[in-house]
Amino acid sequence: MYDYSEFDAAFVAERNRQFRQQVERRISGALTEDEFKPLRLMNGLYLQLHAYMLRVAIPYGTLDSAKMRQLAYIAERWDKGYGHFTTRQNIQYNWPKLRDVPDMLEALAKVGMHAIQTSGNTIRNVTADHFAGAAADEIADPRPVAELIRQWSTDHPEFQFLPRKFKIAVTGSPNDRSVIKAHDIGLQIVERDGQHGYRVIVGGGLGRTPMIGKVLAEFIAQDDLLPYLESVVSVWNQIGRRDNKYKSRIKITVHEHGIDDIRQRVDARFALVRPSFGGIDLALFDQIKAAFAPPAFRTDSTDAYQAAYNADPVFRSWCDTNLAAHRAPGYAIVQISLKAQGATPGDATGDQMRVLADLAEFYGHDELRISHEQNVILPHVHTSDLPAVHGILKKHGLATANIGLISDIIACPGMDYCALATARSIPIAQQIATRFDDLKLEHEIGDLKIKISGCINACGHHHVGHIGILGLDRAGVENYQITLGGDHTQDAALGQRTGPGFSADEIIPAVERIVYTYLEHRHDASEPFLHTFRRIGMAPFKAALYDKVNAYAAQ
Amino acid sequence: MPRDFTPKVVTANALLEGDVVYQTSDDRWTRHLSRAEVITDEADAKLRLLMAEGQPDHVVGVYLADVTPGPDGPEPTHFREEFRRTGPSNYAHGKKAESANV
Repeated sequence: MYDYSEFDAAFVAERNRQFRQQVERRISGALTEDEFKPLRLMNGLYLQLHAYMLRVAIPYGTLDSAKMRQLAYIAERWDKGYGHFTTRQNIQYNWPKLRDVPDMLEALAKVGMHAIQTSGNTIRNVTADHFAGAAADEIADPRPVAELIRQWSTDHPEFQFLPRKFKIAVTGSPNDRSVIKAHDIGLQIVERDGQHGYRVIVGGGLGRTPMIGKVLAEFIAQDDLLPYLESVVSVWNQIGRRDNKYKSRIKITVHEHGIDDIRQRVDARFALVRPSFGGIDLALFDQIKAAFAPPAFRTDSTDAYQAAYNADPVFRSWCDTNLAAHRAPGYAIVQISLKAQGATPGDATGDQMRVLADLAEFYGHDELRISHEQNVILPHVHTSDLPAVHGILKKHGLATANIGLISDIIACPGMDYCALATARSIPIAQQIATRFDDLKLEHEIGDLKIKISGCINACGHHHVGHIGILGLDRAGVENYQITLGGDHTQDAALGQRTGPGFSADEIIPAVERIVYTYLEHRHDASEPFLHTFRRIGMAPFKAALYDKVNAYAAQ
Repeated sequence: MPRDFTPKVVTANALLEGDVVYQTSDDRWTRHLSRAEVITDEADAKLRLLMAEGQPDHVVGVYLADVTPGPDGPEPTHFREEFRRTGPSNYAHGKKAESANV
């Protein structure tokens, strides 16, 4: 875990002191709302539908037990006893009172956390693979470079008034778990001649105009990385459109100018910027890397795990569904589902957060990760400890064995909380999960990602869901459009719209018809939904959705 | 003839708590839509909105929302306003928790 220096702590303390005064001046009437709004947004404070919302950054999704316990404390002390983990590896508190927010920020600062640049037209929280440092397929841990970028981008004087927000994601594995092709910049650590460098993807994004990112550079060496990133953001800062906020993201700039033109501009800028980076960034990077050294992995026997696996079918099912391959022998990556069927995706109570913190401390080398899929990860657990971990998770409603299955749904807060939403997301997710749990079908269906957004801004990543659902307001009624065939991985693809949308009452049966169509057409259980969709195309699904005769026959 | 005017209420969020609030006919703010002042005249609506906008020390994000008369006072015409009136659907928080204490 990276520890912040006194300089960092002083910077955050000063920002919190300023914000406390800004809140006081707003309450006293010395600041108008127009004056206050940009100040509160700079500190992660939104005004939503029913209350304020505080968005706290969890850099590259990494927490230790002390941080997680503090998040639990904040949830209970100043909110309603829970927090909501988001698709950008942040945590959101849905009910803070304006007067309490400075105290909340101070409590965060005690564990080296803050809400700076979680909003506004700045470089946002840098996200990373939630298996970072643990994945069997990893070339290098992406977190050191994510931290380097975070330090470079935080309070960067040139980048505080960008045309729009700017999001960076990093993966250290060829198998992309960070959705790097749907970010303003996606970085992939690659190896060339024994050296690590970065493949730079630019101009991806979801939202109103979804785009898959394009390769800007195949290999940027470590010593060139920060000047290169600075050049990209700088070019966009100059030519990105400020006349129309729907056209201001870098994806539109890349689309309008073409990737080759952008590359030329970046290269020209890079020639100017590069000499100003004298190597301090490399020295800092080495320091950061040391802080992310892997823990001392144990080499104990795995017999206890094998025995439990053979004896207990519930444990076995959980292992088969929720574990991922670890790079160290005898270890596993544990994915803890925050998607119990019928629960709100991504929510954890203060009690659950403390249980997760305890598990990390006692069984997991004190490490936790938040995934963009709104689950919690214990990245390093020795398999001999898994029976104990599973037993504790079960007691706290955290042992749902559904990672990657139909009930492991990404859902944005939607119109239950969000002021921008055009329809609700959460109840749709709850109903789909409950319905397929009732049918006892989800393990039979296998790998199927449903992603739901409550508006066109696509926080729920619906474009890259195998089944994407977009909630809209059609003439004063909630209406849900479906896309199929989206892919959030290294083979990123945007889903295709099936046709007209469905009402809130119709959407669950519609999803059911899609699933039955898949089950009917797949070669066998080893062919996942996405492969079947790619093989048979949209037509059978359309028929099942819109042709009533076929629809009933399918059931 | 004046054109048809959909009845309105003035609504906003409370500055300190962020709660959804509605303007009453005696220039106060209530948490309950049923106690809100229903405005039936366009010119009046503009005046009442101006009045509300002049209270930035109490409320944020003032606007006019369409309502329709119901047996227990004004009712929302759009589902967004219905959710603002009742609170989120996944937990009994906010307005739902409060209604148990009224």
